Amino acid sequence: MAKIPVTFTLNGSERAAFAEEGLNLLEFLRRAVGDLSPKYGCGQGTCGACTVIIDGETHLSCLTMADAVQGRKVETASGLANGKVHPLQEAFMEHFAAQCGYCTPGMLMSAKVLLDRNPSPTRAEVIEAISGNLCRCTGYAPIIDAILATANTRRLA
Amino acid sequence: MRVESYKTLAEAARAMGPDAVFMAGGTLVMRDVNAGESASRIIRSADPALTEIRATGDGFSIGAGVTMARIVAHRDLPFLAPVARAVGGPQVRNMATVGGNLFAHHPYGDFAVALLALGARVVLAGQGGAKPLDDLLRERGRSGGPSLIVASIEVPRPRDPRAFGFVKVSRIKPKGVSVMSIAVNLPRDSGRIRGARVAFGAMGPAPLRVSAVERVLEGQSLDAATIARAAQLAGDGLDPPTDALASAWYRREVAGTHLRRLLEKMERG
Repeated sequence: MAKIPVTFTLNGSERAAFAEEGLNLLEFLRRAVGDLSPKYGCGQGTCGACTVIIDGETHLSCLTMADAVQGRKVETASGLANGKVHPLQEAFMEHFAAQCGYCTPGMLMSAKVLLDRNPSPTRAEVIEAISGNLCRCTGYAPIIDAILATANTRRLA
Repeated sequence: MRVESYKTLAEAARAMGPDAVFMAGGTLVMRDVNAGESASRIIRSADPALTEIRATGDGFSIGAGVTMARIVAHRDLPFLAPVARAVGGPQVRNMATVGGNLFAHHPYGDFAVALLALGARVVLAGQGGAKPLDDLLRERGRSGGPSLIVASIEVPRPRDPRAFGFVKVSRIKPKGVSVMSIAVNLPRDSGRIRGARVAFGAMGPAPLRVSAVERVLEGQSLDAATIARAAQLAGDGLDPPTDALASAWYRREVAGTHLRRLLEKMERG
């Protein structure tokens, strides 16, 4: 199988790695690039655990071909903490929004795009924003609370 | 598996064949790739024509590669925005395309139901002219998937936005797959319905029109008696699938109720 060189920006740093033909972005990030934050849940676009941000929009990395990010900006949960944990991560801890933690990196990506675009979302808007991310532990309420609390804290700051 | 990328749609169309599948947003094709069930050749194209939205004389030409998120955000497509919003979650809407939806198998493909009711026509890559979406969906239902590429979809603008109605019935809010979806387009001419189109999703192998219901509505006003007659015929002669969400019996039973509620809501305005 042909190997394709893929050059892209990952969490602000230039990265280059080889992808096998037809490899999905999730496997590429985890195996070839070494970013283990996006998770493999279903491989079918149902669970959202593999959610990453490409050029400011959430995408399912398991349904994206690796070479589709050629020259583009990719953000993952491992890029959130910058010296100290990101306010969203702080709020997730505060509100017990992670139990097993498998959905958390994807949830954080969906939440980040929401708050970047809409600093004061309603509860309904938060629910809509994370509707593509399944969580089987928390029942969602703590996650929604954490995202709303982050928005509130930012407004006060 | 081989991945082939072509600059133009015409080249991509020439490369298609029974062993190939065309990939746009990836939400359908990559599922098969991940499950190890993909076609042996995957065809892609970055042709800019795929992502164009153009106003035409009586409607819009929508490139097959336009995503659901772009439909939601487009200022001239308010009648399609609620339909696109009903597809998947945010990530899927950022990826899934209008063209791909025409080939989405049960329980997906709600956008195609709306396009069918609107009387959309499809333009095939490398071929001149447009053909009714009805034909493409019927062929798809029979053969499981033709080896062709849809370049764009021509959607007539509803003359009266209130003439078009859509509902997706799902058990989980806000994101859940279809128990069924219903789209109706009921243009009126001095109060009477002329050219009724009623389409169902998840009620057969592909989105389909229910001509018995269309005939009952034709020439009528949307009064209680007409709505009741239409609702009575809704599930007639259809062979919906049984899946984890609903049995075929259930789908037939509730089709009339959901159609009645949609028509009543449209009548109330």
